[in-house]
Amino acid sequence: MSTPEKTVSVKKEEPKVAAITISHVYKRFGPNVVLKDFNLVVNKEENVVILGKSGSGKSVLIKCIIGLLKADKGSINVLGDDVTKLSDDGLAKIRTKIGFLFQGNALYDSMTVRENLEFPLRRHWTDLAPSKVNAMVKEALENVGLAHTTEMMPEELSGGMLKRIALARTMILKPEIILYDEPTTGLDPVTAREIDQLILTLQKKYHTSSIIISHDMNCVKNISDRVVLLFEGKCYADGTYQSLENSADKNIKQFFES
Amino acid sequence: MPLLTNTREFFDETGSITKFTGRFFSHGMKPKYELNELMAQCYIIGYKSLPLVGLTGFIMGLVLTMQLRPSLVSYGVESQLPVMVGIAIVREIGPVITALIFAGKIGSSIGAELGSMKVTEQIDAMEVSGTNPTKYLVATRVIATTLMLPILTILGDAISLFGAYIGVNINSVTSIRFFFNQVFHSIGYSDVMPAVIKTIFFGFAVGIIGCYKGFNSTKGTRGVGSSANSAVVLASVLIFVIDLLAVQFTNSLGLN
Repeated sequence: MSTPEKTVSVKKEEPKVAAITISHVYKRFGPNVVLKDFNLVVNKEENVVILGKSGSGKSVLIKCIIGLLKADKGSINVLGDDVTKLSDDGLAKIRTKIGFLFQGNALYDSMTVRENLEFPLRRHWTDLAPSKVNAMVKEALENVGLAHTTEMMPEELSGGMLKRIALARTMILKPEIILYDEPTTGLDPVTAREIDQLILTLQKKYHTSSIIISHDMNCVKNISDRVVLLFEGKCYADGTYQSLENSADKNIKQFFES
Repeated sequence: MPLLTNTREFFDETGSITKFTGRFFSHGMKPKYELNELMAQCYIIGYKSLPLVGLTGFIMGLVLTMQLRPSLVSYGVESQLPVMVGIAIVREIGPVITALIFAGKIGSSIGAELGSMKVTEQIDAMEVSGTNPTKYLVATRVIATTLMLPILTILGDAISLFGAYIGVNINSVTSIRFFFNQVFHSIGYSDVMPAVIKTIFFGFAVGIIGCYKGFNSTKGTRGVGSSANSAVVLASVLIFVIDLLAVQFTNSLGLN
């Protein structure tokens, strides 16, 4: 993978096994070019946080990774498969290995917590025995400390609880990669730190690789192994939180000063 | 120029709806079918609409009879009241009014439900969970509306005719057997079949427009409201357009 022209090299990483390799990806919506020759490698069991201004294409990037949007050009290799070339069946298969935590949780409001958690299980693994489904739902809810909410409806839960349930649904298939779209947005600082901790705990337990989009600098500091700055559609900076925090580049500094 | 812009928007929208309908046939009609969801939708769309369709049908039959009577009396053909009401209900008023009520209730409900799912990313979440939203959400709803509207229309027509019988009995005494004998004597297959067949198209239009508007909802509560509203408006207009085409078609076949 070639290094983008404008990338500010802050720290060199040891070569590791890649979980996600994004090469020369372009994405535009009409005249608006959102991703322009974007390159990124996420290694196994690594937490990479993507920073960037609102509308800079962070959510578009992770939606391209999971195949909800199709990149116009370039390749996105996820666990050995190029997502941009996969058929619908191929995408369904790779999605069992990728979890996606939506910014607004995206829990099905017509279903109970149990049904929300069962949905991906029953869709991906149709031959799963009911006892196994129950056990997996129980385990997922215990992981987020909400085993008592099984029969509740999403509308009965608080913002923090909804985020935990959404995280439980994301983790229920035990994915190898998790994509988080602003996991702490809209939460109070205490709940946000609890979610940070939960993400780290689950990552250690299931050895997942993650891409996290966040504007919450405490969250970035707490959970990142690496931070990537998406600027003008490109990977502008790539390094640890500390190395970027100490950078003299004005485009990087503005995120850490705010 | 506003006229050019509106014309362009009209063709853009028509193209998008055609593309969406194409996706329904290419993706939504492929096995494996979502039978459980289809049954659930048939229950919601069909069974739960029955009270509204029944009530409006009853009132429609009653009012139509009460409105027609004075005119027929003035021409001295009051005895033809069951025949006229029967033909009017079965051929035109029953299917169209039921379809319009259905568009108002079900079209708006589908538009708002899917619009809300779209803006809260539930449709994306469904896709991530290995579910094709076209198959799970669109196909089930469109098939349910297509199947349920003809059934609701037949039931609505029957209730309307009963309303008409009550209407006839307000001013004179007519036995139920005599009334329905007269009605069924004047109605043939060429009246019933085209009316039922066109409701299949009405149902399809209500389903596909509701789903299209929901899937293309813009962000925010205003977007969802607008989707629900435009689903009803567009489906209602389409019902009249399909009705016009159906009349032309049946006329050309000599069925009228």
